[in-house]
Amino acid sequence: MGIPFSGQLINMCAALLLLIAFAMLSQRRILSLINLFALQGLILAFSTAVVAYTSNQHHLYTSAALTLLLKAMILPWILHRLIRKLDIKWDVETLFNIPTIMLVGLVLVVFAFNLAAPISQMAGTITKSTLGIAMASVLLSFLMMITRSKAVPQVVGFLAMENGLFFAATSATYGMPMVVELGIALDVLVGMFILGIFFFQIRVAFDSLDLHHMEKLKEN
Amino acid sequence: MEIFWVLCIPLFGGLMLAVFGMRRYAPELNSAMSFCTFAAAAALTARVISSGSFSAWDEQFFVDAFNVFLVSLTAFVGFTTSLFSRPYMRIEHDHGKLSANRLRLYYSMYQLFSFTMLLALLTNNMGILWVAMEAATLTTVLLVSLYRTPASIEAAWKYFILCGVGLAQALFGTILLYFAAEKILGAGGNALLWTHLNAVKTQLEPTVLSLSFVFLLVGYGTKVGLAPLHNWLPDAHAEGPTPVSAVLSGLLLNVALYAVVRSKVLVDGALGTHFAGNFMMGFGLFSVVMAAFFLSRQKDVKRMFAYSSIEHMGLMTFAFGMGGPVATFAGLLHMTVHSLTKSAIFFAVGHAAQKSGTQLMDGIRGLIKTNPTIGWGMALGTLAILGMPPFGVFTSEFMILTTAMHSYPWAMPFLLIALGVAFASIFGRMQLMVFGETGGQRLPHPPALIPVFVHLALVLLLGLYIPPYLAEWYRQATALIG
Repeated sequence: MGIPFSGQLINMCAALLLLIAFAMLSQRRILSLINLFALQGLILAFSTAVVAYTSNQHHLYTSAALTLLLKAMILPWILHRLIRKLDIKWDVETLFNIPTIMLVGLVLVVFAFNLAAPISQMAGTITKSTLGIAMASVLLSFLMMITRSKAVPQVVGFLAMENGLFFAATSATYGMPMVVELGIALDVLVGMFILGIFFFQIRVAFDSLDLHHMEKLKEN
Repeated sequence: MEIFWVLCIPLFGGLMLAVFGMRRYAPELNSAMSFCTFAAAAALTARVISSGSFSAWDEQFFVDAFNVFLVSLTAFVGFTTSLFSRPYMRIEHDHGKLSANRLRLYYSMYQLFSFTMLLALLTNNMGILWVAMEAATLTTVLLVSLYRTPASIEAAWKYFILCGVGLAQALFGTILLYFAAEKILGAGGNALLWTHLNAVKTQLEPTVLSLSFVFLLVGYGTKVGLAPLHNWLPDAHAEGPTPVSAVLSGLLLNVALYAVVRSKVLVDGALGTHFAGNFMMGFGLFSVVMAAFFLSRQKDVKRMFAYSSIEHMGLMTFAFGMGGPVATFAGLLHMTVHSLTKSAIFFAVGHAAQKSGTQLMDGIRGLIKTNPTIGWGMALGTLAILGMPPFGVFTSEFMILTTAMHSYPWAMPFLLIALGVAFASIFGRMQLMVFGETGGQRLPHPPALIPVFVHLALVLLLGLYIPPYLAEWYRQATALIG
């Protein structure tokens, strides 16, 4: 047993996050996508709490609580309300070439681990091995945003990317300074509200939340 | 104390206009708030002139030679734009394009947007800088989609997603910066304070910092509008209301470039090489060339000037990338004169488009006959932005070009061809819009064109004579940036 129990727990959480990132990449139903996002927030909060307990970093408890509140409860709740109001709860998106997307995702994970390797060697945290996974989930969310053509999944991808960045901050440095973390949380919350308003505007203007309709502004 | 007022007035103004923004006197209230912000910024500037740079609240905020002139510039252009938007938004309201509720949103967000930019400039914390930049995106997104036309919503969505993703990269860059800083400065909030980082920059881990800079440059560079990350910029400028185009071009791009340059100082210190400069030169040069060629193909007047902003931001990035006393000085001067000139042009263009009822250049004709002030404002502004002497843009472009000729002669053909193409296409179109035959009607409210001529007079002044304290700030900032 080379790794203590808490370390194993953190690594397991990281592995789960990576799995969820892949699941989101291939999930076609909007409702399930939001549930996956909530689950991601929950695991993130749990792993942050474990890191806080093991490393005795008390400010991380606050971050964990903030994550639980914002990313596992408030944001999913807003999203649920939105899709109910927009009446797209049971929408299924047609995604082409899921196997190809998954393969591209795998390449991204390898790339992320290579990119993270030199940094995690320098890190003094107990979570340094998870930095690669954090970067991989950022890149996978990015891939998800590119492959989706509907507004809500794109936004879920955007929020998942923020989750990945938060995980990266916890892995590399035990989180950012508190004032910065609060600022980021505020930005995310305000951003979500604005996007909520935006969905309705898009719907009124285009009669649909499919972004394929938005191709007027192009250089010709 | 002055810092407190500079930040509090626009924040308070935003909250107040959220309540009173639909009243008839809202435009005046908006201008009054912006004027108070400008007065506070002037007091701050006076204090810096008399007693030099200082920091406040446990060093959370600070003013030095590099940000003081940007703060006063931001407050000044914010004030003149609010004067311009007074009749402009009334006319839009009369034309039935905007309801009273939308105007409330507009005034409130206008003030909050000023707040976020001033916060980004004044904060000492690289993390808060990121938060303020993201908040600036959020406040402007609803301004870009203010008309709720399909095109404006598409532009705002593009703006939100592209800048959001871009800023996510910048956040990762900031995390890496904190990671390197924490080893030297210890954990906690102070490890991200720029002044502290600057003091220990030679000890920061070079590999981490170079990686961090790449992310910061790509992230904030998206906001600067550097090619190939510029896609949001022409759409957001063309589809939003004109006062918003003016502050986006004149102020927000500057603030984003400010963030890039602040990061560059740290990386240069840690690496001791020209790594950051090379990256910036590459992005800058590519933006200049790309923008010049796209610019020549535009039909919409605001889109054309948006591409011109990309070109000028590219030129500044290139200048900061070259580094050295002359180029950095020129970059700082160019930031100032571009901001003044471009906002003046947008003011004139806004009224011209309102008069003609279209933003398409084919529909705007003969301004000088029906409304000489708009016509002259546009003609002089265009000449200034194209770098004609004796305007200030000529001075800064001349300094950038001579340095490039001396140190990086290979860049000269690209720069000269791009500037030539830009000159030919903008000048030709300006002539048709200003002169030529016409048939437009008068505007229901008298246009506010004093800001246009005040800005152009300042640009002219900066071309002929730079006030000694301004030159001193530029020199100090140049020494800092290197």
